[in-house]
Amino acid sequence: MAIDMSQFYQVFFEETAEHLATMENLLLTLDVGNPDSEQLNAIFRAAHSIKGSSGTFGFTDLAEVTHILENLLDRIRKGETTLREDMIDAFLDAGDVLKNLLAAHQGDGEADRAAAEAICQRLHALTEGGGAAATSPAAVPPAPTFAAPIPATSEAGFDLRYIIDGDTAQAAAANDNLLAELAEQGEVRVVARPETADQPWQVQVVGASDIEVLRELLEFVARNDSIRITPLGQAETGAGGSPDGAYGFFDEAVVPDVAADDAYGFFDTLPPVPEEKVEDDAFGFFEPLPVVQEAPAQPTASEENDAYGFFAPLPDKLAEPARSEPDRSEAAPAASAPAAAVRDKPAGQESRRAAAPAAKPGSDTTIRVGVDKVDQLINLVGELVITQAMLAQSAAHVDPVEFERLHNGLIQLERNTRDLQEAVMSIRMMPMSVVFSRFPRVVRDISQKLGKQVELKLSGESTELDKGLIERITDPLTHLVRNSLDHGIEPPEVRAAKGKQPVGTITLSAYHQSGNIVIEVGDDGAGLPREKILAKAKERGLNVHDQMSDQEVFQLIFEAGFSTADQITDVSGRGVGMDVVKKNITAMGGRVDIDSMAGVGTRMTVRLPLTLAILDGMSVAVGKETYIIPLGYVIESLQADRSMMKSVSGVEKLIQVRDDYLPVVTLHEIFGVPDAVRSYENGIMIILETDGIKAALFVDAMVGQHQVVIKSLESNYRKVPGIAGATIMGDGRVALILDVSMLVGMARHALPAAA
Amino acid sequence: MVQESTRKSETGDEGGYAQEFLTFTLGPEEYAIDILKVQEIRGYEQPTTIANVPDFIKGVINLRGIIVPIVDLRIKFGVGKAEYTPFTVVIILSISGRVVGIVVDGVSDVTSLRSEQIRPAPEFAASVDTRYIKGLGTLDERMLIVVDIERLMLSAEMALMDEAAATAA
Repeated sequence: MAIDMSQFYQVFFEETAEHLATMENLLLTLDVGNPDSEQLNAIFRAAHSIKGSSGTFGFTDLAEVTHILENLLDRIRKGETTLREDMIDAFLDAGDVLKNLLAAHQGDGEADRAAAEAICQRLHALTEGGGAAATSPAAVPPAPTFAAPIPATSEAGFDLRYIIDGDTAQAAAANDNLLAELAEQGEVRVVARPETADQPWQVQVVGASDIEVLRELLEFVARNDSIRITPLGQAETGAGGSPDGAYGFFDEAVVPDVAADDAYGFFDTLPPVPEEKVEDDAFGFFEPLPVVQEAPAQPTASEENDAYGFFAPLPDKLAEPARSEPDRSEAAPAASAPAAAVRDKPAGQESRRAAAPAAKPGSDTTIRVGVDKVDQLINLVGELVITQAMLAQSAAHVDPVEFERLHNGLIQLERNTRDLQEAVMSIRMMPMSVVFSRFPRVVRDISQKLGKQVELKLSGESTELDKGLIERITDPLTHLVRNSLDHGIEPPEVRAAKGKQPVGTITLSAYHQSGNIVIEVGDDGAGLPREKILAKAKERGLNVHDQMSDQEVFQLIFEAGFSTADQITDVSGRGVGMDVVKKNITAMGGRVDIDSMAGVGTRMTVRLPLTLAILDGMSVAVGKETYIIPLGYVIESLQADRSMMKSVSGVEKLIQVRDDYLPVVTLHEIFGVPDAVRSYENGIMIILETDGIKAALFVDAMVGQHQVVIKSLESNYRKVPGIAGATIMGDGRVALILDVSMLVGMARHALPAAA
Repeated sequence: MVQESTRKSETGDEGGYAQEFLTFTLGPEEYAIDILKVQEIRGYEQPTTIANVPDFIKGVINLRGIIVPIVDLRIKFGVGKAEYTPFTVVIILSISGRVVGIVVDGVSDVTSLRSEQIRPAPEFAASVDTRYIKGLGTLDERMLIVVDIERLMLSAEMALMDEAAATAA
């Protein structure tokens, strides 16, 4: 039954990452004093799913940590242990450890075994200390959840057959543990010991009530495809040997076999099962029972496990299939074999409706698609738009009366292409909540570390932003938030002395404004100290004076190495970072503004274009060439006259614009364009600003302003100095987008004294 | 540029491994490149020039939404006159996932050459490094210069990619 599991790893990684994120979010919103059982259950479910799938895929380290995590969660969930703040911390740390392990499995960094070990110890301690029952942690059944509501039937028992995973030495130890754990469930009788590692163990557990528990115990140590669980005294049936013990029961319902948890393993060996049969076995099963009507009529049964408490008075055999079905539906998206989809889906959906109405329906309404495929689609649509524009241009010359149908068709085409383009672009859009969701954690951790009380308010999480930008904005935003926490919000005593609420507020909001997305990071802290910044700037020899506007002064904090922090903390204050923030945001075609008032607070406003792929550009002509300048850098344009041009050492390289002397960058000289306008009076000066430095760019003429689709030069060619990228104009020709920072930099290096 | 129909030798007819080549002309000379590297053939259009690049890089064009650099092999090899007429042809190559166009005077034919038909090129001084010449093919009295186009295009002297990418490739 060797099947290449690696093809499912990616799905596993993504799903686990999602579960971890869900868990973290829920933990952060959890009210420690009065935890919502719904939320606790959801956290437990997330941990449970991670454990289940990591076990299936053989990531034992992940499974071990989640196993212990799940134990503690389960106790809390069932009210055996009261939730405490330190537990939440431990859970969050466990989440981090799991992320680290997950990353390591993905080949990203080293797994921190020590941390994993430490968190296991910590969770153990919490489980033991907080728990009422003095069970040793190792022996705690991994999922007593299911066992609890179901009264053990004295005669029940199960026949187990399994092959221990791993080499012989490990296997022996693992089996000893397993037998000890099984002993917790009932009386263990070893029927057959294997001669070699490849032969199965046969063990009877008399008195065990819950097949689910047994199965989970086995899954930890045994090869998943080797597990067979049959009720005692019943011959082993089931052609495929389902590893999900629950399906042993279907045997009674005269169903050959059904897809089980480990859906991957046995589709190849299973005889094809007719589709209808699946539905039959899910429901035909219930038919003879009087309770069948009640099952869907249990709306509160939103939590999959609790739902089964409902089945408690029934013989536990009946509860089993229902209980395992949500498991199956979870496995369904992962099973990519078409056979699996056909067979699994109806049953999975039905069961979800019947047993867990509130289960997340998202799994079958979204599909995972590689970003490159989406980008290719966007590219092609971009082409279509250009082609459409060309067609429209050609059709403009033909007689509109004679070719009325053609014209109507073209108008239709234009509308459709525009709609198509919008629809395709929206695929790449993701809500800001993807970024914002990490901040509750960041704020919590840092405010604890700094001994501050901070409340985080989020708004506009549904604002959508290009995926590429989402990924790149996360770090700068985190930095801004950390900065607000460290420098902005005062300690509670200070706040109280100032007559403020001791709890500070950090506001994160996102909204759309005129084709841009605006993200604000606000705090009600001390505000930026204007005088201190100015003094520091003078000390560092920056070109500042007392008459500078607040805006200009505040922009100084984006200078490299600039810090007014009196002491360096491990959160911030080293003066590294704000310059990087600004640089990153500028690189995305955005900008940062700061508003601040002493004692009232600070607001950092980040403005970004909606997508990385499209840029607001100004096209300029130089000779026969057309270049695009990103509009964000353009301050103004003017026609130079003789008197404005100043020369240094005989070369006219400076222009006087009001009180400033700006270096002139002559584009045709840099790019060696022939037939360009030579004299400054006949062309246009475009004043650009980047990184706080201004320069005048001399071009022949301004052509227009448009949104351009950015294309990479590097994908087929190489980086060209002074060129940031390329775009395709309406006529199908390529125009180059200028790298303004570099051009301004050229001017600066040519004339260091002037800049 | 007139060609007699090239004898399409069946693969493996007289022993030896036959490979298909696209032949093109640069001035009076005839060159052959591996057909599997050729993506398409199109007419020459004026590319957008890029400043401060070697003269054989004519610029970039828009090939259905992707930006493709155009190299004039005639200038690079120093063969013929770099004139751009309605008959000037651009061969779009797909090499190691990159798309590059080369300007040639004309495309002649697709021809099969068996390995024994390709003779190793002697060492000689030429504007193109003999490292990039796989050999000299003989076909009906004609001499085909078989170019290792992939190696040539990825070479540092073509300056078609960044240093880092070039060493990685």
